[in-house]
Order: sequence, then C-alpha cells, then structure tokens
Amino acid sequence: MAKSVKKFIEGNDAVVDGAIAAGARFYAGYPISPSSEIAEGAAKELPRHGGLYIQMEDEISSMAALLGASLAGKKSFTATSGPGFSLMQENLGLGIMSEIPCVIFDVQRSGPSTGAATKPAQADIMQARYGVHGDHSIIAISPSSVQDCYDLTITAFNLAEKYRTPVLFMADEVIGHLRETVTEVEPTPDQIFNRVQPAPGTTQAEFRPYNYSTNMPAPMPPVGNPTLLMRTTGSTHDEKGEFGPGPDNINRVTHYLTDKIEKNVDDITITRRYQLEDAEVAFITFGCSVRSTITAVDMLRAKGVKAGMLQVVTVWPLPEKEIREVLRQVKTVVVPEMNLGQLAGEVRKFNDYGCKVLQANRTDGVLITPQQIISALEEE
Amino acid sequence: MSKKVTISVSEKRCKQCGICSALCPRQVFTQEVGQVPVVAHLDQCIACRLCEMRCPDFAIDVEVE
Amino acid sequence: MASYKDYMLFDKLPHTWCAGCGDGIVLQSIAAVFAEMGLDKHDIALVSGIGCFGRVDDYLDINCMHVTHGRALPAATGIALANPNLNVIVTMGDGDSVTIGGNHLIHCARRNINLTAIVANNYNYGQTGGQYSGTTPTGSITTTSPYGHIEKNFDICKLVEAAGATYVARATVYNPVQMRKLIRGGIEHKGFAIIECMVPCPTHYGRYNKQGEAANMMKLMNEQSVPAEKAKNMSPEELEGKIITGLIVKKERDDYYTEYKRIIDAQNIDK
Repeated sequence: MAKSVKKFIEGNDAVVDGAIAAGARFYAGYPISPSSEIAEGAAKELPRHGGLYIQMEDEISSMAALLGASLAGKKSFTATSGPGFSLMQENLGLGIMSEIPCVIFDVQRSGPSTGAATKPAQADIMQARYGVHGDHSIIAISPSSVQDCYDLTITAFNLAEKYRTPVLFMADEVIGHLRETVTEVEPTPDQIFNRVQPAPGTTQAEFRPYNYSTNMPAPMPPVGNPTLLMRTTGSTHDEKGEFGPGPDNINRVTHYLTDKIEKNVDDITITRRYQLEDAEVAFITFGCSVRSTITAVDMLRAKGVKAGMLQVVTVWPLPEKEIREVLRQVKTVVVPEMNLGQLAGEVRKFNDYGCKVLQANRTDGVLITPQQIISALEEE
Repeated sequence: MSKKVTISVSEKRCKQCGICSALCPRQVFTQEVGQVPVVAHLDQCIACRLCEMRCPDFAIDVEVE
Repeated sequence: MASYKDYMLFDKLPHTWCAGCGDGIVLQSIAAVFAEMGLDKHDIALVSGIGCFGRVDDYLDINCMHVTHGRALPAATGIALANPNLNVIVTMGDGDSVTIGGNHLIHCARRNINLTAIVANNYNYGQTGGQYSGTTPTGSITTTSPYGHIEKNFDICKLVEAAGATYVARATVYNPVQMRKLIRGGIEHKGFAIIECMVPCPTHYGRYNKQGEAANMMKLMNEQSVPAEKAKNMSPEELEGKIITGLIVKKERDDYYTEYKRIIDAQNIDK
C-alpha cells in the first residue's frame, strides 16, 4: 500500500512535493512572482532529502546550473515566470541540443515584460514552443488543479528522463496560488522513470553519448561515473558528442530532435474528456481555464445544450489525434484561454472538417469566467 | 652537454608561427618564413623544454635520455 | 609517468586555432597538469564556453560539457554541487569570463564554488573577427574600435579578488612553467580558483596594434610582467601597463558545498 497524505496547500507547494517525490534533488533558480513559493519550498525541503538548493544571480545561470547538475546525475528543476522564462530560453536551447533532462516550472503571469506581475495569464504557450531559436520540439504540461501540480510534476520528471529533454510545466498564477485539498500518493519505484544507463560492461570505445538512429535518446551515464567519459555540447555534434557541422549531420540532428518528441506523441500526450460523448458543442482548453470551462459545460447542459470539453493537459506536443476527433464530431468548438488565441490558432490548423472554431479570450489579468465562455458561444 | 637530447618537429601539426625559433634561449632552431623550424644547433640545447611547452600546436617533442 | 597526450584526443590535431595563437600553449599546460597530478580522467569534468578558447574541449579526452557563451561557470556550478568529488575545470576566454559572463564570474567567486577557472585573455574576440572585449586595453585598435578603444578595461584578477575569490593567479604563455605550477595550485585549492593566462592573438589584436608576430607579442608580455611579490611595493603609476604575474591571492575559506553539506547533515530526514 503506497504511502499517501492529504494536504490543504497551494499549487506551488504541491509542485515542490511532487518534485521531491519524483526524485529531484537539485534546484537552481531566481525568485520571481508568482513562482517564488516553489523556490522557498525547494530551499526548505531539498536539504531535508539530501538535495541542494542554490539561488543563482539570474535565470540564465539558473538554467545553466540545472543542466550541469543534471549531467552529474541529479534530477533538477527550477521555477520562474514571464521575464525569467524569457531569460531561460538560451540555455533551454542548450538543454534541448545537449539532451539533458530537467523540469522548468513557468507560473505564467501577465506580460509582456514586467506586465502585471501578480496577475494570471496563459500567454507563454507560443514562447514555450518557439522561444528557443532553431528547429526543435518540446514537451509542455499544463496543470488545472493543485492535485495536478503534484501528480503531473512527477509525470514531467518522468518524461524529461525518458526523452532526455527539458520539460516545461506551464502553470499559471491561478493554479500556483490556488489552495485546495491534494492527496499526495508516494510513487512506487515502477512509477518513477530514471534515465537509461548504458548496459553493464559497456566500454568507452563502444559508448556513444548520443544516438540518432532511432527516435529514442541514447543512455546517459552521469559525469563522474568510474568507467565512461561523457561528452555533451550545444554545438551540432555526432554520436560521440564531438563537433559535427557537416550538412548531413546538421540535418540528421535537426530531424532527430523534433522526431524524438513528435513521433512519440501517443506516449507523451495526456488529455481529459468531460461530457464529450454526445456533445454537439465542444470546448478545447488547458490550465486554469479548464476550471471555468467545466462550470460552463455544466451550465449549458442544465439549459439543454449538449456541451463537452477536451482538456489538453499536454500543451506541447499537441494531442493532434484527440483534437481532430473533436473537430470531426461537433459543429462548433470554442477555445477558452487567457491570451489572445494562442491555442485557438493551433486548433484551427487541424480543422479540416469545416467546424466553426470560436475564441473566448481574457487578457485583463482576471480569471476567465464560465459566463464569458458561454457568451462567446451565444454571440455567434 | 652531457644529456642526449632529441627534438622532433611534426610537419603535420606545425603552423610555422615561429615561437620556438624566436624564443629558444639557446638559438637551437633556424627557421625561414613559411617553413617548419629546423633543429640546427642541437649541441647548444640545454633541454629546458620551453620550445615544447610553448609550441601552441603540439608539434614539438623533446626527449632527454 | 603519464604524458599530456594521454589526456588529449591527439588525432584531432592540428587544432582550429591560428598560427601563433596562445590558446594551444594553455591547453598543453592544462593537459600536462592532469598528467603531472596523475588524475583519473573520470574524475575531471571540464566545462567550456564559446569563443576561441571555448574549443579546448574538442581536444581533451575527459568529461566535457560545452555550453553557451558566458555560461560555463554556472553550468560548472551545477556539476560541482551535484558531484563534489569531481575536479571541475572551466575554460573561458575574456569574452566568456568577464564580458558576457562577468556577472556569473563575480558570483561564482563570491560563493567560493569549488572549481578551477582558466581564463585565456587575448584582449579581444578572436573567433568573431577581433572585436573589443571587456579586457581590451584603453586606446587599442580592434575591428569595432577602429579609432581607438575608449573604454576602461577590466583587470580580471582584481575583479575576482574583490568578489571574494580564494585563489587568484596570473601567468603569460611566455612562462609555461609558471603557468603549470599555478594551474596545479588552482586544482589543488579547495574553493574558487582562477588562473588568468595571457595569450597572444597575432591574427587580430597583435596585427591591429602593431605588436608583430606571436613571438614578439610574447616577448612584450614578458617585458610587461611584474612578479606579484614585487608589485606589492609598486605604486599604481609604476604598475600602469604592467602584467602582475604569479600567485596573487591564496586564502582559506570553506567552499559552498562544504557549507551547504552542514545544512544537509543537520536537516536530512532521509538518512
């Protein structure tokens, strides 16, 4: 029987508990609202579990330190928001190219720039996908409850380890500061994914820190292990991790970095369906907007409208199959989100079915309401 | 000169920068512009190894018996 | 006894650097110190940044992490804290260390992270064509200061000393024996150690500032050199344009991990 504890805490605190449960033992970060409680929790909890917290001089160095610690074998994480997330893009790219797992918690706030620092938004979705220069793919998860902040944090670390890549956890101010009851179930060893190690007895001559022949990453021994030397670089490299700027290699690496995520979409993506079975009208949404949307569905159902909701828990890669299924099934889709239509644009890309795709957007730093979501539908 | 010294210069790695020949404390090398240095006065060598240590291109090996 | 070649990917030579570039001399010194100390390759982790000297990892047969411009020190901080048993070496140029990465340098020194930073200072950005950096001397001609450089340059050793570095040293490639001694001292030092290595860039800095070929630039460095002991009794005016060499700072102060480990030992509930 797995150990389980009930707590009444905020999302940011549940993230820390989830990270510790996932085996994370290193945090490097720079405080920023509305994510700072994650830093505070990490500073308090990590040494209690033999881990380390360090407050760096900025978010650039925080990301760099995460990658260094992860390369030396520690599961690592950081938390940030808006401007800090922008600063992290440089070394997020390094993590993607070097294939070093870690988890970045972006507690989204209103922007651009300082914006309204304490107000929620869901407007970093496109930055999460394309903030790093150069072709690549990314895994991003968006929680809609405090329970998610615990459970999906464990999922995020597992995906980071499995696919040897940074994973983004796109929370928002609402979820980060929301207090609700959470049941924290300690994961069993089989529920924790630790990065794959080279087969015992692998020699240095046989060992390759990178593998581009399949859509799964090469094993990743920690720097400092007694038998294998590890070589990573942000420069385009060959399987040995040595500089490889030839055209064929550049092309191969670019495709691999995209394919290892895009070709494993079914394994990576998580969706949740609410009242979709007989729906004629559907909402596709994520994060804090899910909460308002569920109420909107209930209100519409009470009025006799067959409404339903698809929650994209995994924002990147998008669960294309599930979104297409909804677009095929219903006549009208509304995409509620706290930005000017970042997810809606993506949904439209898949709309080969003549479905009407409407938007319900809110960008004033106030949580989107069920009434507003319903009125987006009624205005049509 | 009691010690037997051998100085070898790798033509493959040498970039003819001239550091070894210009800075050798005993003028052991001669060198023409665009040429690899020549060990011309081995008898003057004191085996200080500075040429080896100062060669930026790992092109010089000094062996002392 | 091990040779410096044992720590190198020797078949990767000839290297990428220009004829007369001093970076190769520093690289040989680093590898030679590894050999001299008989270090196990698996116990060394080298983090390098971007720029001419950022390419040292291409030629070393040890654990290597090649990162973004200026971010080698924070990446190395992560490694040093995650595995305190490693000898963490950070190789940077003047661009990496005190220009784009200047903030990381002073904070790393202040925290006394247990690592050894080896900075190759050639007074300019060699890889991008000889533009000025944070260490380009005032008045110098570079490709982006064609009328003479108007900024005051950093003195790397003074900067890190003020920031709290516990081991600070400087050598020129004219004197590779001293350089090896100081690098070894840095690796043996527990805490943040930095060795500034003065290297000629005959392709850019030397050419634009009419310092002649590499050997001439090295001779000039030697003429400018003043031993740290002697410099203590010299006035700032007398030290103008001089290069202070040797061991400049050596202090004992618990490194970051040692301090943090006390917290772990006191708080750990998983023991």
